[in-house]
Amino acid sequence: MLTIRNLQVSVSGTAILNGLSLEVKDGEVHAIMGPNGSGKSTLAQVLAGRESFQVDGGSVEWDGHDLLAMPAEARARAGLFLAFQYPVEIPGVSNAYFLKAAVNAVRRHRGLPEFDAMDFLARVKAEMAAVGMKEEFLYRAVNEGFSGGEKKRNEILQMTLLEPRLAVLDETDSGLDIDALKIVADGITRLRSPARSMIVITHYQRLLDYIVPDRVHVLSRGRIVRSGGRELALELEARGYGWIDGADPPAPTPPATGAPS
Amino acid sequence: MNAPRRNDTLGALLEQEYVAGFETRLETDTVPKGLSEDIIRLISKRKGEPAFMLDWRLSAYRHWLTMPLPRWSTVKYPPIDFQDIVYYSAPRSKKDGPQSLDEVDPELLRTFEKLGVPLHERARLAGVAVDAVFDSVSVATTFQKELATLGILFCSFSEAVKHHPDIVQRYLGSVVPPGDNYYAALNSAVFSDGSFVFIPKGVKCPMELSTYFRINARDTGQFERTLIIAEEGASVSYLEGCTAPMRDENQLHAAVVELIALDDAKIKYSTVQNWYPGDRDGKGGIYNFVTKRGDCRGARAHISWTQVETGSAITWKYPSVILRGDDSVGDFHSVALTNNLQQADTGSKMIHIGRNTRSTILSKGISAGRGSNTFRGLVKITPKAEGARNYTQCDSLLIGDRCAAHTFPTIEVRHPDARVEHEATTSRIGEDQLFYAMQRGISAEDAVSMIVNGFCREVFKELPMEFAVEAQKLLGVSLEGSTG
Repeated sequence: MLTIRNLQVSVSGTAILNGLSLEVKDGEVHAIMGPNGSGKSTLAQVLAGRESFQVDGGSVEWDGHDLLAMPAEARARAGLFLAFQYPVEIPGVSNAYFLKAAVNAVRRHRGLPEFDAMDFLARVKAEMAAVGMKEEFLYRAVNEGFSGGEKKRNEILQMTLLEPRLAVLDETDSGLDIDALKIVADGITRLRSPARSMIVITHYQRLLDYIVPDRVHVLSRGRIVRSGGRELALELEARGYGWIDGADPPAPTPPATGAPS
Repeated sequence: MNAPRRNDTLGALLEQEYVAGFETRLETDTVPKGLSEDIIRLISKRKGEPAFMLDWRLSAYRHWLTMPLPRWSTVKYPPIDFQDIVYYSAPRSKKDGPQSLDEVDPELLRTFEKLGVPLHERARLAGVAVDAVFDSVSVATTFQKELATLGILFCSFSEAVKHHPDIVQRYLGSVVPPGDNYYAALNSAVFSDGSFVFIPKGVKCPMELSTYFRINARDTGQFERTLIIAEEGASVSYLEGCTAPMRDENQLHAAVVELIALDDAKIKYSTVQNWYPGDRDGKGGIYNFVTKRGDCRGARAHISWTQVETGSAITWKYPSVILRGDDSVGDFHSVALTNNLQQADTGSKMIHIGRNTRSTILSKGISAGRGSNTFRGLVKITPKAEGARNYTQCDSLLIGDRCAAHTFPTIEVRHPDARVEHEATTSRIGEDQLFYAMQRGISAEDAVSMIVNGFCREVFKELPMEFAVEAQKLLGVSLEGSTG
């Protein structure tokens, strides 16, 4: 279980998260929506342990551990996975090598035997077929020259291989055509399990046509201002973010964590 | 990026010593410190050289005296006191030189074994013939007899001067003339040993030839001379490795390498240079001032330089190819890494003279710590070089924010047909790349090593297999602690 309490984060002196609180139970899928600049990606990166953000206050507890005290690689090994909004290219390093290094680092941590090349290839090829990736992507450099959709599939592939306990998907749907979107959504749906929680960050409602979240939260100015079920996403789609940002008449329900500043 | 916990882990790794930094205690035959005509006469006499050799040395020395110190490079070092260097130091042996391995001091054999270069028959590296050079002399050359049956001459330079003076006289200085530059002139005056390779017409050398250079004695400079000749249609792959003990004083290594490829000949020359780089504060280390040049003297000749430079306090070298023969080809593939206070000023010159000559320069510079890395290149297309082509790619990778990378490409084109392409990139091991790898559970050290090896891949694939593995390990060791 993940419990975020009153999280405050800034970068170069500019506050981005202003007292964000959220609780995600095992097996739950939470969607976080919000306009550009509301702090969605910052939340994802802070959970994953990026050091360029300054945590000014609040706490994050994950399975009884102080998540913020753990180095990024320790979080990853303990089962936190971030699907990047902009997956990074690593020239000269083959995808196969990178994936194997990652999977084995995590397996070592879990006390499992490392995969040898044969076992690994068998496993990775099966999973690639499931996300619609051709085998040649194994031998190309990590994300180098991949299209937007290929990069996102590669993220889903990594998530599948690393079997996380908590997956944070940062706008994995952005820039995808409808076919790619379905494949990504499929991958996410296949990985839903009672032992795995997910935080799905998205700008648009359409991903939620394929992944039915347990809860939907709306983020605005670094804070969750509304929470609800799937119907909240649909309402948001119908009324636009202006509704949340206060351009429209006052919100029908009071914000979860105090009034916007 | 600078989280204290990471510095701690890496700090511990940094305590690892330069593994080749030991010293061998031996009785040596050493000439007095300093440089003069008398010293040169003494060296030549010790080596039992013919008169032409002494004359050659003396004329180089007289020329050197008139030359100013080179100042065009970006490397910085205090003035070298050339009178404070020992120009000849050899492990003492009973005779002039060991005739077989049984006569080689066992302590010497143990030294090379410790460096991973076993010389005796049982443990020799399969498929690699080795010439082992210790300070000023060659102590042993393996597989000589086997190679001789094919007409291949592979021996120390001193032996070549004695047994094949005609070949030496014909080719020595024909690619790098004695007055070529300051350190080449110094080398020509005082060079002590090195390797000599002669591959006769039509012979493809069946094994890798290699020289392992070891500096041991204190206050001693190493001035070796390597000469490789491939006659018409011959081919050879040659490897060079280097190490030195850890000392607080700087030591000078000023070598000259000359390659000559006649019609249809191919010479591939690979270097993994790991001279002692000095400590973290820049104390000690080798000054590596080297002139390496190949001459594609015949049509369709091919000379290829591959180098991985991780050692030395200062590296100053520009392996070059003169593309004289029509349709000849020159390649230069380089990885140069500087960490701590190391300085590297390296690159290549491709001189296109023949028609349809082609050259490639692929340089990968990695700077970490406070290291400084300079690429300096010259591509020259002369008026007769119709159809000449060059492709230069020069990539710099920065690790941390206290290091530096510089690029000085020079292109001179005197033929309207020429096609010269130059690409250069500079990137930093991004925080985003590191974070991406660490988010997948990969440690910072492994991530850096993965990214650096990826960056160097195009060059590593040019190295013979054993060397490629060695080079990857070496980069790992040289980079430890560099993300802190």
